[in-house]
Amino acid sequence: MNAFDNFTLIALPYIALAVFLVGSIYRYTYRGFQVSSLSSQFLEGRRLFYGSVPFHWGVLFLFCGHLIAFCFPNSVLAWNSQPVRLMILEVTAFIFGISMLIGLINLFIRRYTTPRLKFVTNQMDFVLYVVLITQTFLGLWIAYNFRWGSSWFSSLLTPYLYSIFKFQPEISGIVPLPWTVKLHIIFAFLIIGLIPFSRMIHFLVPPIDYIWRPFQQVMWNWNRKKVRSPGAEWSVHRPKNN
Amino acid sequence: MEVRSQISMVFHLDKCIGCHTCSIACKNIWTDRKGAEYMWWNNVETKPGTGYPTRWEDQGIYKGGWEKNNGSIVLRGAGKRRGLTNIFYNPNLPVIDDYYEPFTYKYLDLIESPEGDDQPTARPISLITGEPIDIKMGPNWDDDLSGTPDYARNDPNMEGLSQAEQEVMFQLERMAFFYLPRICNHCLNPACVASCPSGAIYKRGEDGVVLINQEVCRAWRMCVTACPYKKSYYNWFTGKSEKCILCFPRLEAGLAPACMHSCVGRIRYLGVMLYDASKIQSAASANTESLIQQQLDMILDPFDKNVIRAAKMNGIADSTIHAAQFSPVYKYVKKWKIALPLHAEFRTLPMLFYVPPLLPVMATVKQVDNTQQSEKMNPMAKYWDDNWLYDTSTKDLWGTLDQVRFPLKYLANMLSAGNEEYIKDKWKKLMAVRIYRRQVTVGDVSVEKADQVLQDCGLSREDAEGIFYLTALARFEDRFVIPPAHREQAIELMDFTGDAKGEVGFGIKNPIRRGN
Repeated sequence: MNAFDNFTLIALPYIALAVFLVGSIYRYTYRGFQVSSLSSQFLEGRRLFYGSVPFHWGVLFLFCGHLIAFCFPNSVLAWNSQPVRLMILEVTAFIFGISMLIGLINLFIRRYTTPRLKFVTNQMDFVLYVVLITQTFLGLWIAYNFRWGSSWFSSLLTPYLYSIFKFQPEISGIVPLPWTVKLHIIFAFLIIGLIPFSRMIHFLVPPIDYIWRPFQQVMWNWNRKKVRSPGAEWSVHRPKNN
Repeated sequence: MEVRSQISMVFHLDKCIGCHTCSIACKNIWTDRKGAEYMWWNNVETKPGTGYPTRWEDQGIYKGGWEKNNGSIVLRGAGKRRGLTNIFYNPNLPVIDDYYEPFTYKYLDLIESPEGDDQPTARPISLITGEPIDIKMGPNWDDDLSGTPDYARNDPNMEGLSQAEQEVMFQLERMAFFYLPRICNHCLNPACVASCPSGAIYKRGEDGVVLINQEVCRAWRMCVTACPYKKSYYNWFTGKSEKCILCFPRLEAGLAPACMHSCVGRIRYLGVMLYDASKIQSAASANTESLIQQQLDMILDPFDKNVIRAAKMNGIADSTIHAAQFSPVYKYVKKWKIALPLHAEFRTLPMLFYVPPLLPVMATVKQVDNTQQSEKMNPMAKYWDDNWLYDTSTKDLWGTLDQVRFPLKYLANMLSAGNEEYIKDKWKKLMAVRIYRRQVTVGDVSVEKADQVLQDCGLSREDAEGIFYLTALARFEDRFVIPPAHREQAIELMDFTGDAKGEVGFGIKNPIRRGN
């Protein structure tokens, strides 16, 4: 255990999480106008399909996979107790990983070869591509070389992540891991830290409530019945919807 | 009965001269910004023509609006399941080339070019890339180009017209066209609101204006697909969708929206209508034949005591009810019934109504012998060698209706969900008012005949005078009856203007960094 490990596996996660929390809440609350997925489909609507769709479904599946392994490590281990089920999980995850990587590469090529997109691209987009492609590649590398990730994640990384969230960081279990795995952890926290500063913020505002929301929305700027009643108490409040 | 008030509009197409002043007024106020250059919240189209974006009425391409499904209605190209599964890539999203690439000209080259043998030119440059481009499209590229193969013949409203009918329509001598100014319809059953995954779009309860909350919009782009009128636009620069706001800051100050205020032909009318919100669902899912009737049935009589009581119970101000009683829109739509919604079959219950055009289509052409007349002319005078004559006589009264220069079917496809009887009825009324006024002013029509035509289409002399007044003579305050916004009662209707100076409308509050 040296200073480098301490920094990357203890300090960096806390910095990233703090930045993520404060930054996201600030941006959502005070910079609502800047919370957007910044879609560029309107400027280039054909090649986006081959990038956006494989990337998003891939990242969605893999994010949920990591989340499940974090939340229910024992269930994952129980699932993996039979080789067939382990193989199903690993192969599916690997396919989604490849899908994500292909999507990212397609998106990267699309963004830098379409003249119009230059004008909606900034440095942060480039940073995101580099970080995400590296991270995806690392993930695939690890999955291929250090089998079986779904099992040792649950037994090694989940305790480490729990220790981070319990404010009792315990890294002895993961220090001996190969440097690629550690790099994967570092990039993961880097990505979390980048969320409030990039278009990734849209990952925090998935439109899930649309499922149960009524189709039509009518909003009154003030309570129209109350405001007309002379007996009602007069108070000034700012509307939420403007 | 759930009474709500809606600010509603009537556009009198007979009076539209196609000058685009409305579009420019709107553009100057609201969309003269980066990312919004291509947006025309108000645009004017030549009909027959393909419109903007190209062939927007063809929902086979754009998948907008609602469609009937087992007695209920569903969004055609968006909705909960389709919207959420297509969120990463919307297969029904029009792209910028379906509208046009916005451009300007390098005017400075005219001044700063070095001296040479040739005249300097101002080359067109793209407002997206800044590079020189060849302009291929514009928002009114088919302006006045009716009859051309690329535009008029691709008009989606031609559906159901036989080949012969189309050929007749585009014979050079018989060709006719009219203009169709369009803004957001501020529908009662807006597809954009229903399609928005993040719930950023809403209808204002007080006046029915449909707005997009710029702070909540996340660029899921479903509203662009869902709006069958293609009046929700995606700002490619800010990553937010935008649409016509009916100039609500102006309305709240008692001013007419900019497009209406600036209208040269004075074709636009604006006023409040009271409607029964509990009938929205059933009216929107009615059979296509009864769609318009059901929508008209939703609109309530503002003089009816029960309606007034229910309106007051629902918190509608007396001044709004008063404005509804004087609403020119109510008169056109419900009292005289000479205005129709555009494409009611999209089932969004649009609250912008059009008086179908009569003038360009009613006159027929016939061939006459001009030689006698021409011989009398001074040899220096310009000699007309064609023998076509426009016949605008009213001799064969209703007989001409079936021989109009536009097949009724064409206008019916556009304004009455395919029902020709509606168009016929409106045309008869418009014609009757003209005949009646001719009796009054010129006198070559007998009183009996004038009364007869009015009676034929169920108008009284008073109605005819009213239609004539509101169409031809109406002053500003007759055309725009805007209810007070009662800011004294509800100061929170908007921020204090002092606080909000420089940040109202769609300006950018927080700096956006995209591009280099």
